[in-house]
Amino acid sequence: MAKQLEKKHPLAIRWMHWINFPLLTLMIWSGMLIYWANPVYSIYIGNYELFKFFPPWFNDFFGIPFRLAEGLQLHFFFMWLFATNGVAYVIYTIASGEWRAIVPVPSSLKRAPLVALHDAHIVKEKPPQGKYNDAQRIAYTSVILMGVGSLLSGLAIYKPLQLAWLTAAFGGYQWARWIHFWLTVSFVAFFAVHVIQVVLAGWSNFRSMITGYDIVDAVETEAEPIAQKDEVIA
Amino acid sequence: MSKDKDILLEKVREFEARTGHTVDSFPEDANNTASILKEHRYLSKPLSDEEAKRQMFAKSRRNFIIGGATALIGIFGWRWMSDETKTGLYRRAFEFNEKVSQAFFSPAKLAKEFRPDQVTPVRTNGFAGMEGEFDTSSWTLAVGGLAGRADDLILTLDDIKKLPRTEMITEFKCIEGWSYVCKWAGVRFSDFAAKYSPKTQNGSEPDVANRPHELVRYVSMTTPDQQYYVGWDMPSILHPQTLLAYEMNDEPLSPQNGAPLRIASPTKYGIKQIKRIGRIEFTDERPKDFWAEPQWGYDWYAGH
Repeated sequence: MAKQLEKKHPLAIRWMHWINFPLLTLMIWSGMLIYWANPVYSIYIGNYELFKFFPPWFNDFFGIPFRLAEGLQLHFFFMWLFATNGVAYVIYTIASGEWRAIVPVPSSLKRAPLVALHDAHIVKEKPPQGKYNDAQRIAYTSVILMGVGSLLSGLAIYKPLQLAWLTAAFGGYQWARWIHFWLTVSFVAFFAVHVIQVVLAGWSNFRSMITGYDIVDAVETEAEPIAQKDEVIA
Repeated sequence: MSKDKDILLEKVREFEARTGHTVDSFPEDANNTASILKEHRYLSKPLSDEEAKRQMFAKSRRNFIIGGATALIGIFGWRWMSDETKTGLYRRAFEFNEKVSQAFFSPAKLAKEFRPDQVTPVRTNGFAGMEGEFDTSSWTLAVGGLAGRADDLILTLDDIKKLPRTEMITEFKCIEGWSYVCKWAGVRFSDFAAKYSPKTQNGSEPDVANRPHELVRYVSMTTPDQQYYVGWDMPSILHPQTLLAYEMNDEPLSPQNGAPLRIASPTKYGIKQIKRIGRIEFTDERPKDFWAEPQWGYDWYAGH
């Protein structure tokens, strides 16, 4: 059967995606070193404390205690690289038209649960999709917005006087810190799901994020080529 | 067909000729977000199974080698940075951040002030320089680096209290991440500096109100036992919300909160808001700072 190579991920996106991985890891790690100095957040069910961020065994296992200064050094060094990479990614995604592949439309909300049901092998039919399905669109757009939120809430904590308006927009200094923390937890949750899905999707999907290409079955085109191109542009 | 379409079509063909890809879009389907948003697909010409595998393998080899090499550079770069001798890198990053901050710093930008009912419980921390017996009644403040004199000026608390009294309810922020709102009363450092003028960089007549940039660039402050010491940049110390405070929540400062005189300011973290000040010196040399010493490694500027 005839095959085609499909260009899936532009070079710039691949670089920025992979550069983001160690940078976000370092931002989270240094954030944990900082958070240790004032660990005030927990998951509650009613008044019952289900999980405290973080229990002593966790801190000891990772060697977190008494490294606040080191955490601040790392955080305020790598923030430049993390922010630059993130801003470059957003600009590129908009300018190159790649946004078409990741932005959801209102009806995506209806199709996303169907994608989840299909992934769980409950529904056989696969909702129509482009490069990404609607669940992915929602997830990838959310994670970009989370990055924006982390950047802004981080600035609100970092410069609460120079950017007093921003700190106020987050509801004050401690609320900005709260939002910054829970966004970080959300990044970790995203990462866990992302890795599981990549493993399930298999090797050729993973390879396409490195090489940019995937092998697909040749598309049968019946339409006369030029006319088809014309339609694309219209 | 309009002219615009002609030009676009030309571009598509150009792209196809250049890359060997055909530009395709997902079939019209009102139920597919990809076609709603006119997402494109980029497909090569049809290839035999073997040819597709061969091309893919070549791309894989190339990109995995580049990726692996980059990962190695990253790992070695991180190990290089993590070496204890490289802390200078982080200090320089702090200093770069300080320059960026100062470029945006304006004495006209004020920290939020709160209502009296928003005051929260005080938390006390930081005991360096606060140890031993200390008699506040015999306390005096030494001030060095003044314009027109070489020796220290000695002031009493009464001398300080003669200066205009300023009150503010602001948020005190510890570098550890906690904060509280409290009411401070004291003297604006800028009022203090207007009365007891710092020397200038070039020896000209100081004018704190109108030409603060001509003053020496820093202020050093130490506890009477010199065990705790901070350095401030002149713009931050002259900010209208930086006080030489003698009252906290309508009470004279308690010993553990810095009696008889301390710095209170929402412009910097608590580590810079020195308690029990013994000496103030205006200087053009960047002063030492307790928590910025290499064994601690905190940011010298620590500014908001």
